[in-house]
Amino acid sequence: MELLEAIFVLPFADMIDSPEFFMEVVVGGLLTGVLYSLVALGFVLIFKASGVFNFAQGAMVLFAALALVGFIEKGVPIPLAILMAIGVMIALAWVIERLMLRHLVNQEGIILFMATIGLNFILEGVGQIAWGSDVKVLDIGIPDETFEFSGMLLSTFDLSAAGLAAILVVTLSMFFQYTTVGRALRAVADDHQAALSVGIPLKTIWIIVWSVAGVVALVAGVIWGAKSGVQFSLVLIALKALPVLILGGFTSIPGAIIGGLIIGVGEKVAEIYWGPVFGGAIEGWFAYMLALGFLLYRPQGLFGDKIIERV
Amino acid sequence: MFYREAGQFKTTYETDQSVFPIIQDRWFIALILVLAFVVIPYFADEYWMQAILIPLYIYALAAIGLNLLTGYAGQVSLGTGAFMAVGAYATYKLATSFPDLNILIIFVFSGFFAAGAGIIFGIPSLRIKGFYLAVATLAAQFFILWLFNKVGWFYNDSPSGMITAPPREVFGILITGPEATATTRYYVTLSFLCVFAVIAKNLVRGRLGRSWMAIRDMDIAAEIIGIEPLKTKLLAFAISSFYCGVAGALYIFVWLGSAETEAFDINLSFLIMFMIIIGGLGSIMGSILGAAFITLLPIFLTNFPPMIGIHIATDLSKHVEEIVFGVLIVFFLIVEPHGLARLWQIAKEKLRKWPFPY
Repeated sequence: MELLEAIFVLPFADMIDSPEFFMEVVVGGLLTGVLYSLVALGFVLIFKASGVFNFAQGAMVLFAALALVGFIEKGVPIPLAILMAIGVMIALAWVIERLMLRHLVNQEGIILFMATIGLNFILEGVGQIAWGSDVKVLDIGIPDETFEFSGMLLSTFDLSAAGLAAILVVTLSMFFQYTTVGRALRAVADDHQAALSVGIPLKTIWIIVWSVAGVVALVAGVIWGAKSGVQFSLVLIALKALPVLILGGFTSIPGAIIGGLIIGVGEKVAEIYWGPVFGGAIEGWFAYMLALGFLLYRPQGLFGDKIIERV
Repeated sequence: MFYREAGQFKTTYETDQSVFPIIQDRWFIALILVLAFVVIPYFADEYWMQAILIPLYIYALAAIGLNLLTGYAGQVSLGTGAFMAVGAYATYKLATSFPDLNILIIFVFSGFFAAGAGIIFGIPSLRIKGFYLAVATLAAQFFILWLFNKVGWFYNDSPSGMITAPPREVFGILITGPEATATTRYYVTLSFLCVFAVIAKNLVRGRLGRSWMAIRDMDIAAEIIGIEPLKTKLLAFAISSFYCGVAGALYIFVWLGSAETEAFDINLSFLIMFMIIIGGLGSIMGSILGAAFITLLPIFLTNFPPMIGIHIATDLSKHVEEIVFGVLIVFFLIVEPHGLARLWQIAKEKLRKWPFPY
């Protein structure tokens, strides 16, 4: 009885008792959610355009952040370093297409997935050999001050991070909607063969998609790295992005964003209000359980395409 | 010439249905068994057994389990590590609660607990498939390990949070615990692998295996021809987890001796996954070959560069190892996506025609 009360009654009573604290938790969760969204966004971009479930997205985040820190440490001014890091990610996309994807056309999804796990190892190794494996401080000059807004404590850093992510998402959707390349990307996402037959060069498109995913990874790496240092654990947020994808649907960009926010908030709220009942550290699996429960109800995710199967 | 089935007539139903219908295969298997049971223990030293052969056999057992699920029934799972953990913790609880029970029986029994966990986390497979299912099984991976970490009952509230294999004897021979000899443990793992490999080999060519493959190839079509997806998929999860559970029990009790949940983290799941991909999906032989490849590769990578005179600093060599590992996986997938088992098949084909290929 006590347990049931602790699960079903007390947390809600706490929430109503101090709404400011609850809002703070929610906002904190939203900001973590933004980061999950950014990583999930990279997954979605690549999955839509090439059908590859890119497990290496987390390693790409680490790789991009390490590259940026590496350039800054060499004394390159920050704007130039960012441009150079973008250059590195584009070069990486080219190399991946050239050496890996090109040879794996027409393979089953699981084989491509495994190949990206291999890529994950390579990126982790190369990144850490090239730029060292200690925790690095990434300071790109975003101020980190807390201020009070209608009873809640907010930090300017978190807000600018959210702003940056919003700008990125808007830019991406404009790019997809209004440019020739964006249109070609959507065509490839809809149907590979039809796209090929109207003369869209598939290989170039893949390079572009992986480059865009690389840039998204860079943004995620910058925000996460500036928040808690550039370190190996960045790779692990890729695993957290998976339930986000499930929730939002593999093929939907808005789905990735909203899914990320839901997971971010859900995780924080669950940890703070329900964590003590279960003995803490439920953040590790809560997202997966949420996604699992959701899948049973709606297998294609919030915004995913409905799965229609014919024999 | 070396591998020719011409002239081997099958005159009874028994020979027609035998597991290895070709005499060369039977000789080959017999040779391998003699090698594994007699020759290797005679020559191998403690290091070889403890560091290479025992883990190899345990991984092979887990890989066979995962291959039944992923390779034969087509259900992708990333929860292997967790199912192995269920087996290990079940063994620990049983062995400490019933000290007089034969430890070998406990090993098999713990498989049933893992099978139960497998059924519970296999239920989503009825609704979802492919990558969605893979992520759903991650829930098992993280939840089960969290549970074992948090609830003291599972590790008997030991202050270190570790489970330690108590010394147990079977017929007067010490099998588990720090005092057990490497040779005994070698034979235990090898016997488990052989028995379960034979069972798996027979499972997949029987009715159940065929319905798994039908589900894998197209589940809707399979359902139409009268295969129950519910029963078939859940049985695949149960049997696969059973194998993983037994492997997990051996992993702690016969190999590591003591461990905490970290030994079963997501990397273990990926490792087993790599084994079946590189070995070959849908092949029992492939699971063993893949396990051998993945176990031997890091040892080769640490020992080979010094042998040809290249010395790499230790912190660097870990990363180099990672890179080589990744490159090899990608390379393998590009060159032979059907794995080592396919290479073995090609080799047999070549041997059949040699020296007159047409």
